Amino acid sequence: MEEVKRINTPLKEDIVMSLKAGDNVLLSGVIYTGRDAAHKRFIQALEKGETLPFDINGAVIYYVGPAPAKPGQPIGSAGPTTSYRMDAYTPALLDIGLKGMIGKGPRGEKVIESMKKNHAIYFAAIGGAAALIAKSVKEAEVVAYEDLGPEAVRKLVVEDLPLIVAIDAHGNNLYESGPEKYRRG
Amino acid sequence: MREVKFDTLVSTVRDLCMDANYYIPDDVRQKIIEFRDKEESEVARNILDIILKNHEVSANEKMPICQDTGFAVFFIEMGEDVRITGGGFEEAIYEGVRQGYREGYLRKSIVDDPLFERKNTKDNTPPIIHLRLVPGDKIKIVFAPKGGGSENMSEVKMMVPADGEEGVKRFVVDRVRRSGGNPCPPVIVGVGIGGTFEHVAYLAKKALLRPVGSHHPDPRFAKLEDEILEEINKLGIGPMGLGGRTTALAVHIETHPCHIASMPVAVNMQCHAARHKEAII
Repeated sequence: MEEVKRINTPLKEDIVMSLKAGDNVLLSGVIYTGRDAAHKRFIQALEKGETLPFDINGAVIYYVGPAPAKPGQPIGSAGPTTSYRMDAYTPALLDIGLKGMIGKGPRGEKVIESMKKNHAIYFAAIGGAAALIAKSVKEAEVVAYEDLGPEAVRKLVVEDLPLIVAIDAHGNNLYESGPEKYRRG
Repeated sequence: MREVKFDTLVSTVRDLCMDANYYIPDDVRQKIIEFRDKEESEVARNILDIILKNHEVSANEKMPICQDTGFAVFFIEMGEDVRITGGGFEEAIYEGVRQGYREGYLRKSIVDDPLFERKNTKDNTPPIIHLRLVPGDKIKIVFAPKGGGSENMSEVKMMVPADGEEGVKRFVVDRVRRSGGNPCPPVIVGVGIGGTFEHVAYLAKKALLRPVGSHHPDPRFAKLEDEILEEINKLGIGPMGLGGRTTALAVHIETHPCHIASMPVAVNMQCHAARHKEAII
């Protein structure tokens, strides 16, 4: 087993630049949730000149719509959703300070270009490992768009959230290099 | 005529919704272990171990395996000699879904209209119900919650007879290749061949209910299942698309007679959280 890197939010420039595609990471600190409907509202807010419901500088957004929390627990099962659906909205958020994204599946060329330009990281969480991931979430609070139900924006405090660096700030992409290595014929 | 109470049907459906979402079927888990043990990639082995650990957490804590607790899909075989008393058949299924998703703390993932406002129905209804009338006085219910990520990678193609075996192979393997990490591999690939435009999609979904790695009764199709699986696992996509040998756990083909001019083929992708559960009343 290779070394696991422990990192904290908000993400600092030197940490972001040091992470490499394929690194195993345990992330701790505050992260925000948002998926399709919330991203649409982020962009609408920016277009109207309004501010976002959280400080995006150095922030990490987790693409997740969790299951409801049972009494006494901060959150229900909370695995990643497919990231490419957020691609259209992502470069605008990277341009104003978003430093990290957590999801599953590959990203488009425009997102990767913007990540290189703005020095940002894309982490893969394990899709379907939702109960295990929920155990890393210590606190959860809805901070915006409550009407969206599972898609509302939540502020999460996570401890040792297990992630893999899928695309680093230099544009190295494990979604390409990984399959390349194991392709046959 | 045997009578089954409305409330019995409701509570059976409610329990199915919860249990299917908390407990991974044993055949799925065993297949993941089998592939884990022969996986060459360290990243992939690590991911498969996390998936296996997640099964234990979800079962112990009665938490959903995946937060996407799915569209509620039912395959129901209704005996011709059974009658529901105290309420309607369809209403009982709806009510079971409402109760199961509420009391089980399952995510409600259904929006009312698909194009405009997309407002959440807040109780995960309506379900999709595939109903067959069969001889007898029992009701067999199979519940299979279906996640959106893998469903989005599915496809129907109206091929022609001349496309043949090679055409089918190419279409299925290509569908998996283009899906990459999106459907949460390792996947189970449900393939329908034959029937009509709408029936072939149903066949592909039904194929996902078979025990993982079981074969089509016709040896020609069984061989095709093995060949397609081998091709898929040469793609290198691996668990979550991050590289490895384990891209699919199984390929299941279901077939139906078809029109002289046609050869419909459907691929329904199923993520590694291949949940389904059966009850007989």
